Amino acid sequence: MAKVMLEQVTKQFGNVVAVNNVTLDIPDKQFTVLVGPSGCGKTTALRLIAGLEEATSGNIYIGDRIVNDVAPKDRDIAMVFQNYALYPHMSVYDNMAFGLRLRKYPRAEIDRRVKEAAEMLGIQELLGRKPKQLSGGQRQRVALGRAIVREPQVFLMDEPLSNLDAKLRVQTRAEIKKLHARLQTTTIYVTHDQVEAMTMGDRIVVMKDGVVQQVDSPLNLYEKPANLFVAGFIGSPAMNFLEAKLAKQDGRMFVDGGVFRAEVPREYIPKLAEWEGRSVIFGIRPEDIHDRALVQSTDGAAVVRATVDVHEPLGSDVILYLTAGEHSIVARVDARSQARMGQTAEVVLDMKKMHVFNPDTHAAIL
Amino acid sequence: MTPPARPRGIAGRRRLARALRAAPVHALLWALCTVWLLPVVGLLTSSLRPARDVSASGWWTVLAHPAFTLANYREVLAADNMGQSFWNSVAIALPSVAIPLLIAGYAGYAFAWMEFPGRHTVFAATVALLVVPLQTTFIPVLRLLAALGLTGTFAGVWMAHTGYGLPLATYLLRNAAAALPRDLIDAAAIDGASPLATFFRLVLPLSGPALASLAIFQFLWVWNDLLVALIYLGGQPAVAPMTVTISNLVNSLGGGWHLLTAAAFVSMALPLAVFFGLQRYVVRGILAGALKG
Repeated sequence: MAKVMLEQVTKQFGNVVAVNNVTLDIPDKQFTVLVGPSGCGKTTALRLIAGLEEATSGNIYIGDRIVNDVAPKDRDIAMVFQNYALYPHMSVYDNMAFGLRLRKYPRAEIDRRVKEAAEMLGIQELLGRKPKQLSGGQRQRVALGRAIVREPQVFLMDEPLSNLDAKLRVQTRAEIKKLHARLQTTTIYVTHDQVEAMTMGDRIVVMKDGVVQQVDSPLNLYEKPANLFVAGFIGSPAMNFLEAKLAKQDGRMFVDGGVFRAEVPREYIPKLAEWEGRSVIFGIRPEDIHDRALVQSTDGAAVVRATVDVHEPLGSDVILYLTAGEHSIVARVDARSQARMGQTAEVVLDMKKMHVFNPDTHAAIL
Repeated sequence: MTPPARPRGIAGRRRLARALRAAPVHALLWALCTVWLLPVVGLLTSSLRPARDVSASGWWTVLAHPAFTLANYREVLAADNMGQSFWNSVAIALPSVAIPLLIAGYAGYAFAWMEFPGRHTVFAATVALLVVPLQTTFIPVLRLLAALGLTGTFAGVWMAHTGYGLPLATYLLRNAAAALPRDLIDAAAIDGASPLATFFRLVLPLSGPALASLAIFQFLWVWNDLLVALIYLGGQPAVAPMTVTISNLVNSLGGGWHLLTAAAFVSMALPLAVFFGLQRYVVRGILAGALKG
């Protein structure tokens, strides 16, 4: 087990900066997820840690050792690839034993480790088969097994679930989490799927354009996004962003969106004081917007009248696509809501869950 | 007609329509096969006819006057030096296939997966050598071999065939290696494989189809070669391959036809065995199952 550290690491491919001055501290034994849209540099960051790419500048530590010039095989890491990358001409057993044989482990030790990992993953019956005789889910397990038998300091996983169908993905997600709880090996997991990131990560690193946007626990990421990008990336449907002004009146503060006027809870006013009278981006998550008819008290909340453009019943709740003046708003309301397409609905914003962003820098103010 | 029979009638008509549509293609394929096979059939027929008949009438007349004998084959196999020539051919062909394949295998892997300065230039230059006509190299190479004292030796002709075979072999094996998924090579690197181990345990086994087809082509080319052998080895019986010995069966007046046909079939036996032996490796997709799908 070991911690991993990136210290001002930059990776350029020609003129393209894939990873831009990233400093990252990945604690020992934690499950850390790198998440971001495609092209954000998360996979490059992982490949840098693996040693498959060489950093243009900066230092990479595994444990207490700088590994910049250490070959991948000597970094004591194991990697699971998106396409599994199983050796097609070798049996499952040989695939798993390959790394140990190259490291000249005694035959009995190899056998013990392979059998143990196979049992852990429920693939004992498949050891004699070739990869092409396996289903996608089984190949995925073999790829995990190949990493496990090495008993490395760090697991690196590059979108290992993205080739599985939806059901299998959810199932394997839970299994990888269980595996991590059991082995306690430091794991760095790359994905573009924010749901995967939120459900699996002890800590999540959100990246965009090669730059780390925020490093936090899943809950903090959701509740206190550091900027507009993180706020929009985490959560589904995405947070609503509305252009608004902060107005003060009689010691109370309001978010003035033209067609609506919502009072800011008193405890937030000090933080917003310097933005009084100025334009901001007001953020509110769809799940923090409720159907007025189903809310008991509207104290500390704001009412918005809007037209329902689209009505998507999901069973557990209903997604409403609303238009209020020039604002488009998505709301996730209770399934009992009577709002229907084309009609006018009244929704309530839970202002305790409000967010405010700087319209120029996009950084979070609240 | 009973109702259930009707669909079958429609299906039958459809099948007929499909067969009719495909008929021109089939006819063309049959015609091509016939044109290509006719000389071979003629050769085979001639090789089985008595010497007197061969020189008196065409092989197609055999249908009117069937007369077959194995005398030609007996004479060829007993001919001076034929056994020795067979082994000479083997001794020339095997290293002339193995050496360029091994060199090109290393080179193909390096060109595909190892970073070094000038990689693309050197590769392009190697492939460009494909356009050099063989004949222009005879005199300089012969002088080189003479200076090294290798004329008339197997080693000299191995080197010559290696040189002639390398550009195509390098090109094909580089493409075969480059077609392997990057993740496989990366996985091996993380698993602890050195470049050499990656080559022998991953790239070489997975290049099987390319290696096999290349081996077939190179073998056929070397086995059927007369020109290169004649020039670099000379005509001494001790080193002459079958092609040289067979061409000597025909005398300057054009006699010995019947022997030539039989000898041709004898010399085809081994290449045919090689082709059918390696064919399944060419056809089989070894890479299936490496990746998803």
